[in-house]
Amino acid sequence: MEAVVVKNLVKTYGKEQTVAVDNVSFSVEQGELFGLIGPDGAGKTSIFRMLTTSLLPDGGSASVDGHDIVQDFRRIRSSVGYMPGKFSLYQDLTIEENLHFFATVFGTTIEENYHLIKDIYVQIEPFKNRRAGKLSGGMKQKLALCCALIHKPTTLFLDEPTTGVDPVSRKEFWEMLRRLKEQRITILVSTPYMDEASLCDRIALIQGGKILSIDTPQNIVNAYPDKLLAIKANEMYKLLKVLESHPGVINSYAFGEYAHATFHDTDTHALQAYLRGHGLTGVEVKGAEVTIEDTFIKLLH
Amino acid sequence: MQDDRVIVCEKLTKRFGDFIATNEITFDVHKGEIFGFLGANGAGKTTAMRMLCGLSSPSSGKATIAGYDVYTQTEQIKKNIGYMSQKFSLYENLTVRENIEFFGGIYGLSDEQIRTKTAQLLQRLGMQNEANKLVASLPLGWKQKLSFSVAVLHEPKIVFLDEPTGGVDPVTRRQFWDMIYEAADSGITVFVTTHYMDEAEYCHRISIMVDGKMEVLDTPTNLKNSFHARSMDEVFYQLARGAKRGD
Amino acid sequence: MKQFLAFVRKEFYHVLRDRRTLLILFGMPIAQILIFGFALTNEVKDSEILVVDYAKDNASQELLTRIGASRYFNIRQAALSHKEILGTFQKGKIKAVVVFPVNFNEDLLHHNKAQVQIITDASDVNTANMITNYLSSIIMDYQNQVNQNLEIPYRITPEVRMLYNPQLKGAHGFVPGVMALVLLLVSVMMTAISIVREKETGTMEILLVSPFKPVLVIFAKAFPYLALSLVNVTAILLLSVFVLDLPVKGSVALLFAESTLFIITCLALGIFISIETDSQQIAMLISLMGMLLPTMMFSGFLFPIENMPLPLQIISNIVPSKWFYIIVKSIMIKGLGISALWKETLILLGMTVFLLLVSLKSFKIRLQ
Repeated sequence: MEAVVVKNLVKTYGKEQTVAVDNVSFSVEQGELFGLIGPDGAGKTSIFRMLTTSLLPDGGSASVDGHDIVQDFRRIRSSVGYMPGKFSLYQDLTIEENLHFFATVFGTTIEENYHLIKDIYVQIEPFKNRRAGKLSGGMKQKLALCCALIHKPTTLFLDEPTTGVDPVSRKEFWEMLRRLKEQRITILVSTPYMDEASLCDRIALIQGGKILSIDTPQNIVNAYPDKLLAIKANEMYKLLKVLESHPGVINSYAFGEYAHATFHDTDTHALQAYLRGHGLTGVEVKGAEVTIEDTFIKLLH
Repeated sequence: MQDDRVIVCEKLTKRFGDFIATNEITFDVHKGEIFGFLGANGAGKTTAMRMLCGLSSPSSGKATIAGYDVYTQTEQIKKNIGYMSQKFSLYENLTVRENIEFFGGIYGLSDEQIRTKTAQLLQRLGMQNEANKLVASLPLGWKQKLSFSVAVLHEPKIVFLDEPTGGVDPVTRRQFWDMIYEAADSGITVFVTTHYMDEAEYCHRISIMVDGKMEVLDTPTNLKNSFHARSMDEVFYQLARGAKRGD
Repeated sequence: MKQFLAFVRKEFYHVLRDRRTLLILFGMPIAQILIFGFALTNEVKDSEILVVDYAKDNASQELLTRIGASRYFNIRQAALSHKEILGTFQKGKIKAVVVFPVNFNEDLLHHNKAQVQIITDASDVNTANMITNYLSSIIMDYQNQVNQNLEIPYRITPEVRMLYNPQLKGAHGFVPGVMALVLLLVSVMMTAISIVREKETGTMEILLVSPFKPVLVIFAKAFPYLALSLVNVTAILLLSVFVLDLPVKGSVALLFAESTLFIITCLALGIFISIETDSQQIAMLISLMGMLLPTMMFSGFLFPIENMPLPLQIISNIVPSKWFYIIVKSIMIKGLGISALWKETLILLGMTVFLLLVSLKSFKIRLQ
């Protein structure tokens, strides 16, 4: 069954009718972990706000658990969980008070759905009398997730939960999401970090309010049309410059310690010779494993 | 050998009461180097950076920035550094040109210098047509590039970048790094923090802070080798996993 | 209902944990009572003075001309009995009454001394004091001038009577004023800020997306401030009774009822501001500039409204605190009951209903 169905959704802002969400359509299966991957300003937050009924669309339609986001907004409000991008808990209330408050607002109790949050809550329980404002980033995030889960939502919307969070906390957070998925909760998550895409069941790459591609991360990577090479040299900056000026290069860019490049014609030996001829040392050329980031760059190119 | 060290830190420490935010960090950064300053949230990066920028006085230890002492010569330090953070860098309700003129003015450039620099900068960024638009109306990527350009407008010896590429799309991120490379090539030292581990690889050397201490400092390749890791991500994870502090 | 209570409890946590705000809330009434008690001056201009001249002789006429020539006073003459004089004050127009006794000139000629009675409405202490001082100095001037040609000097003694507030307790005038100010600050500003804060921190977004009725958010927010404001009213009254020694002449119950009405007016205003603004600073600015300033200017608390140009006098009518100020003053000082204040109460009630309707109507159940 489809938990979320989005059809030609449009959102514009202001007098200039700046388009934030441009004719977006996708659907999410029940129990799926779906990622909206794209940079800031791509329209991720607007989509989430429309789906959680806090924003009215300017065109198109969408439903969550079969309820229309405009007509049945009250039904949706009582059944979804939402974690906005900014840390949105009461900083001057303790962990326990925050959780209790949100449980009551949603007409439930902590005890009733404790099993859902138990895994996460035990990690922050030792600090339950500490005020939320005094928690570390990772702990705040865990608390926010508990609060979004406490009323046993059918669908969970997480808007950039890992932005500004260090890589270790990010990993932990994704592990929590994987475990939640086992509870058959549909999860929609947005992120600007391309490397998190592979942790989702399916993803939509989004930029400028438009969806560039939707599929499983593996299929998206497999669909990469060109042969991608990873190239390394001791002089990185110079390498990038030389690649840029190479006549056969379609696209080239830095990628970690390597440069990634696609060519019209891939003769690695000729390429190595070309690079050495331009004074580069320690040249290494090999086939690269395509990542979501490579695909995104390709789609933007 | 000529001493080309622009940042010299020796046992630099900052205490807030009992809490040691930055614990005896010792390192040097050379001219034209891209120095990655990594660490989990709350590891003490921000505090360390504030001391290096002359915004906060250390509790103990020594440090000189561009040859100036962090205790006594903070004014000279501020003249010789540029700063850009993800959170604040430009005035959203001023136009591109007004922002450039304002920051040029702050750093004491003459009207003549400001005029020529503005023209150069706009041309290099290809933003001539946007010069009179409000910064608020620009896409995030352009803002970041513009604020970096403004941060190096007065040709500082060192530029501090605090998570400069957060939330930016992959293509713009790379264009941004092109600008960093270019600046480093022209002799500006770049001191950068980031949460993107692939960006850490672009740095000449990386330090990783854990619980206020600088645990490691080396080139990305050496770090990966010594930690038997395939990526910087793994190195970071191995180090920061044991961290006790959050922010 | 359980949800509502949980919300109210949360609001109390917010208020009680914010030490600084709490200090302001409860320190403010005390500080203001002290400040206004010592530091007030206002100018008196064109005050209506009623002259009762039983003497009608040269000396009294001469003095009258001098008083009339001053720019401070407008003179009206009437022949009234003592009882009727009291009545004129209750109508509110007359600031002071000057009474010349029957034998004014004769007393001067034969005894070389005479008395003039000055009766003022001391419920407005500053004005009363000022008028008395001006009148006394005019009388002294006259006396000195006449004395230049005399061997045995005349002495004219002004006998001053302060009506309603015989000990000239300044607090009489400003306790109601401080009450209006404090209630305004707590109810308008604090409510507006606390709602806007939820918008700023993003928690409003979560609440909007919850099944909790958004309108209830607003009411739950307003509730603690109603309670706090009533605590403040009590505190101010206790201060005024036990520290300043100023009893409440009228009904305390009526005073609390009227205060509650005014608090609700303020809450409605605060809610309206919070709906229309998105940042705490703007909410605060609007509350201060748009509410506090008019209260200081137009309630009659600092500046007598009668002295203002007509357009400002008209504007003063739309300031709720003006009506509240009149009501409190009448109850506390003059001891009047609802039968004398139903008009003001009705005006305030009308304003409250209007503001509540407007803010409920403009409240949005979505962002933007």
